[in-house]
Amino acid sequence: MPTAARLGWRCVMRKGWFGFLALLVLAGGAWAQQRPLVVGVSWANFQEERWRRDETAIKEQLARMGAQYVSTDAQSSAEKQLNDIDSLIARGVDALIILAWDKDAILPAVQKARAAGIPVVAYDRLIADPYAFYISFDNVEVGRQQAQAVYRVRPRGNYVFILGSPTDPNADLLHQGQLEVLQPAINRGEIRVVGKQYTEGWRPEIAQRNMEQILAANRNQVDAVVASNDGTAGGVIAALAAVGLAGKVPVSGQDGDWPALNRVARGLQTVSVWKDAKELGRRAAEIAVLLARGTRPDQIPGVQKFRVPGDPRGTVVNAVLLKPIPITRDNLHIVLEAGWITKEALCQGVSGPQAPAACR
Amino acid sequence: MEAMRPLNQASRQEIGLHSQNLFLLLVLGVLWGVFHLLTLGQPGQFLSPQNLWNLSVQTAVVAILVGGMVLVIVARQIDLSVGSLLGFTGMAMALLQAVPPIGEGWPWPLALLVGLALGTGAGLLQGYLIAYLGAPSFIVTMAGLLVFRNAAYLIAEGRTIGPLQDGFLVLGGGLQGSIGPFWSWVVTLLALAYTLGAVWRGRWLRQRHGLPVRPLWLDGLLSLFLAGLFGGFLWVMNSFPHPVTGQGRGIPVPVLVALGVLIFLHWLSQRTRFGRYVYAIGGNPEAALLAGIPVRRIQVLVFGLMGLLSGLAGAVQAARLAFVPTGMGTLLELYVIAAAVVGGTSLAGGSGTILGAALGALIMSSLQNGLVLLGVPTEWQNLILGVVLVAAAVWNARFHRRRS
Repeated sequence: MPTAARLGWRCVMRKGWFGFLALLVLAGGAWAQQRPLVVGVSWANFQEERWRRDETAIKEQLARMGAQYVSTDAQSSAEKQLNDIDSLIARGVDALIILAWDKDAILPAVQKARAAGIPVVAYDRLIADPYAFYISFDNVEVGRQQAQAVYRVRPRGNYVFILGSPTDPNADLLHQGQLEVLQPAINRGEIRVVGKQYTEGWRPEIAQRNMEQILAANRNQVDAVVASNDGTAGGVIAALAAVGLAGKVPVSGQDGDWPALNRVARGLQTVSVWKDAKELGRRAAEIAVLLARGTRPDQIPGVQKFRVPGDPRGTVVNAVLLKPIPITRDNLHIVLEAGWITKEALCQGVSGPQAPAACR
Repeated sequence: MEAMRPLNQASRQEIGLHSQNLFLLLVLGVLWGVFHLLTLGQPGQFLSPQNLWNLSVQTAVVAILVGGMVLVIVARQIDLSVGSLLGFTGMAMALLQAVPPIGEGWPWPLALLVGLALGTGAGLLQGYLIAYLGAPSFIVTMAGLLVFRNAAYLIAEGRTIGPLQDGFLVLGGGLQGSIGPFWSWVVTLLALAYTLGAVWRGRWLRQRHGLPVRPLWLDGLLSLFLAGLFGGFLWVMNSFPHPVTGQGRGIPVPVLVALGVLIFLHWLSQRTRFGRYVYAIGGNPEAALLAGIPVRRIQVLVFGLMGLLSGLAGAVQAARLAFVPTGMGTLLELYVIAAAVVGGTSLAGGSGTILGAALGALIMSSLQNGLVLLGVPTEWQNLILGVVLVAAAVWNARFHRRRS
């Protein structure tokens, strides 16, 4: 740089303004060539604590790959998100990562990005446009892992399904995975489904009431419960505890909620399928940079074709679907080592020889 | 003769009011009978001790709130914030008592007190905004719905908070949350003695003052009915065995709390100046003001009471779950208002009884309970609840028109 400055000064001295201007243009061009990639992230509602973990992971990965991070927060408004993305495009970002607030309302923004030649990564929430590269955890796989963990403990008997919100398509994807594992045993008559209820809004209170009713309807003859997330699992376990069955009946969950992981350590919950937000953020940042550097979407490592469920046009998108990890009492150390939960919170009320390895 | 006419009208009105509650009781009886018949084919029936015990605990949260809501509605106001306030106070109590680093690790009674104080304070504040600053209660409490829901989210940083302390869980009616057969006998017999005493003492007092009394057979029948009701309640509570001891569980603590609240509010609304004022304000606010009733102060107190009850219900709900999710109590305000309306409270204000609202809460909760027991899918459950609500509203409107 000192040489360039001295050179520039000499130019000004010798050839006057014209030469200096020429130098500026040259320098500008060189700077544009070398300037780092900028990746814009449009968050849907950053208030939620969960996305902060994702942001940290995205930032770290971008820094590692020499790219810059800029972000906007739509604050739970589909309109604001459209404006956000306009301004990100205007700022000249090289790639967009979008967590869509509304998967349909976002489509015009994706079209604009496409017109500007900016690659788009649909983060965790599907965007039904083949131009948007979809990255998320495999919800069907989550369902499979839930069912497998429960099935391993109780391969026959009376099963109960506590499903997610009836208005959330993920609830059905989860159930699809659960049935993939259990249907053969159901057909053989080894497993009898004695109760199945959706849980409005995924609310634990509702799951608890539903479970109480299923227990009453079956005179407590319930051997296993496949619950679709940790909140509903908590409601189920409260209902089981009231009739002295907590810890005796296997219960599944997902999300790695702190109280749920504590229940796993205490032996009250069998499994919490955990989706590492850091992994999701890291991979999304990587894909965004690769796409911005010109890698074709179908050349991204781990890519697969994903048919948008329930889409009448039969849209197929390029997707990377990450594998979640089932956390049971045998591998609790994973969440500890990932810094997801503190040991105090995980092992609260757990002691003695019965304690899982991670708490000893 | 001239002096007797208003009296006759009044007594007819009283009988009319009773007939409304009698009708609710009849609906409840039919509902229970139908559910029992429909569940005969499965291992557990509707009228089994386990299910009725469940039903009582499931009704507790709404039952705690519905009496307060009746007073709010009678005073021509509405409170849409109860579900959110319940979530907020429950979250505060969870955070205060959870073990550090998640929470503060306070002893649970202190956490409970702070939660109740928070609820009362929030209620009083809303009441002040409504009564003294003249903001409409619909808007103020709708803002409260948004504020408290998100405040709960913020103080918990979006996390689910738990587990809660064992002593606190007693409030939720879990494994340790009932008072056992002996104390259930004591409580029930005392309550029955007091109720029967009230019936016969009232009769004696009216007779002594030369007022018309119900026929002897009716009071006898009423006494028998009450004895049967209390006996049945006691039998149900003591017949659902504890899985560890094998003994009957007895009355669950949340049900005791709910019954205590309802009895207190019944007394408050029927026997105190405060209660009379609330009905007077609801009947005709201007006349109440001209009559020298401190309308604004009463309104503030009604909202403060609702806030206190939201805190109490928050504690029971939190203890029942043994942990607190951020969305606890979502949409609960609508179920509470629905229970009050089914129980005969008029949204126009001025009329509604605590007893009716309690029956309304029991009817709504029986419907939810029975439909899940039958394994009816969620969509159908809500559809049926909606139809029942409309039917109740229409019936109430007809009833009030006929009376006036």
